[in-house]
Amino acid sequence: MIFDCSSPDQLDRLMWSLCYLSNGKHITFYYSILKVLVLLALAAPISIGLGLFLAMLAKSDISPIKLLGKFIILIVRGIPDIAWFMFFVIALDQGLEWVRHITLCPDWTEPIRQGADFLVCEKAKLPSNSSSETIHEIYGFILAIITFSIIFGAFAGNIFSGALEAVPKDQIETAEAYGLNPRQIFWRISFKQMWIYALPGLSNLWMILIKATPLLFLLGIEDIVYWARELGGAKTPRFTEYPHGDWRLWYFLFLLIFYLTLTKLSEKVLDKLTRKLTYGMGFSGENFLQRQ
Amino acid sequence: MILTCLEIIQDYGLRSIGLGERVLPKTDITICHQATLIGSGMLWNIYFGVLALILGFFFAILLSLGRRSDHQIVSYLCDTFILIFRGTPLFIQFFFAYFLFLSLKKAFPVFDPFTSAWLGALIILFFNTSAYSANIFYGALVAIPRGEIDAADSFGMSNWQKFRSIEFRQMLRLAWPAYINEAIFMFHATTLVFFSAFPTRQQKGDALYYANYFADKTFNPFIPYPIVAIYFIILTIFVVLLARVFNSSLSRHLPKSVSRPLRLRFNFLR
Repeated sequence: MIFDCSSPDQLDRLMWSLCYLSNGKHITFYYSILKVLVLLALAAPISIGLGLFLAMLAKSDISPIKLLGKFIILIVRGIPDIAWFMFFVIALDQGLEWVRHITLCPDWTEPIRQGADFLVCEKAKLPSNSSSETIHEIYGFILAIITFSIIFGAFAGNIFSGALEAVPKDQIETAEAYGLNPRQIFWRISFKQMWIYALPGLSNLWMILIKATPLLFLLGIEDIVYWARELGGAKTPRFTEYPHGDWRLWYFLFLLIFYLTLTKLSEKVLDKLTRKLTYGMGFSGENFLQRQ
Repeated sequence: MILTCLEIIQDYGLRSIGLGERVLPKTDITICHQATLIGSGMLWNIYFGVLALILGFFFAILLSLGRRSDHQIVSYLCDTFILIFRGTPLFIQFFFAYFLFLSLKKAFPVFDPFTSAWLGALIILFFNTSAYSANIFYGALVAIPRGEIDAADSFGMSNWQKFRSIEFRQMLRLAWPAYINEAIFMFHATTLVFFSAFPTRQQKGDALYYANYFADKTFNPFIPYPIVAIYFIILTIFVVLLARVFNSSLSRHLPKSVSRPLRLRFNFLR
């Protein structure tokens, strides 16, 4: 520690604040901010990949696959997102344990669902009972990332399938006239031209993803909301060297400012990107959105 | 079977507002229990959604006009309001508002009802939908063809006449599809209320609150959450049908080829 924080009750105000803000629990709080950023950094590319996959499914020539792709995109966006989050985390956990149960304990005869219990054999437990607290936390966080990726992947799929349809028909016809086969047309024309039409939607999705990150709290992750509540709550001298009243208001004010900065910053970057990518194309992303 | 289910509906149909059986089912939970209680919880979602949308509609119009205003301070204030409520997660807004009302309550006991969900959360939802709708309305206001305003001016209309008979109607027509999206997602956003700081008194919660209760009790998410989904899809269809009626009345002056049927573009969540 850079500051001498051995006896906080004798420090003056500035030093007290510095010591308070750099104590162990606050460091965990700063780590949880990092968790949000990691979630954003991982969930965004995975969702884009999944979205592309779903859009390709929805555009497939084989009708059951096409229907499946359209169905997934449709139901995911018709239902409150929080319901999805809460559903997915348990469902994924149980799904994984079920798969492991079947593969690891083939001679287990009792049913898995017994009344209000979900019982799998000892070996199939995820993570296993013996593993450390950290492993449990990491497992929870990975489940959360998968949940976010699936939900936002479906949103992205919706955007991509719209963008694929927005590619001007003339360009496809030109490609056909040049004798390109459907596969070549997709990869060389549609796929490449689609991005600019998808950009406004993707920008919007990124903003939404940022604003969805506090929902990590609902998935049982010790995220910034959790720590803001923990640290802000009134503390008596019995339990801490830094007693204070109920400061949760200020902690959440900090979170509001944090998110406002993050969205404002993203907006600036995305605006610049849109302007750069649509340069000379005769339309901007905004125009496209209004036309749609 | 049907009889017992009717009994369950009698016992729990209005449980979410505190009427009927006090104790929630703990054992022998049937699908009927789940559907009834979750349906009962929908009352809260509808309450929050409808009130916030009705109040928000008018406030949003004021905000969008304020944002367009030539008066710099007014337009700056409206802009900031919209930015704050659109730029931060609704979830954090709930937490912040709850703790704000809690501190206010200590100083002024008048604020006591604000710390309960029925008022405190409603205010946040109202502000939130106002900011999102104001943004939509502002976009529509700016998109009104210049010629129509000029025509109104040359008829010698006063500002109020011009707003009432030209701008307001055109704005509503242009903004309608986007506004209906907003309305649908407002209803979805109401599910956040009881998962944020606002306390649930005597287990009177919304649809998702009960779904979560059942998922915890039965350890089986595959029944309660799909029930929530079905209720919300029904609600969404209802909103869309209502919106269609309004849409055709808003664009009744247009030739058939110009007035397109309402096509929805979803903007997911906030």
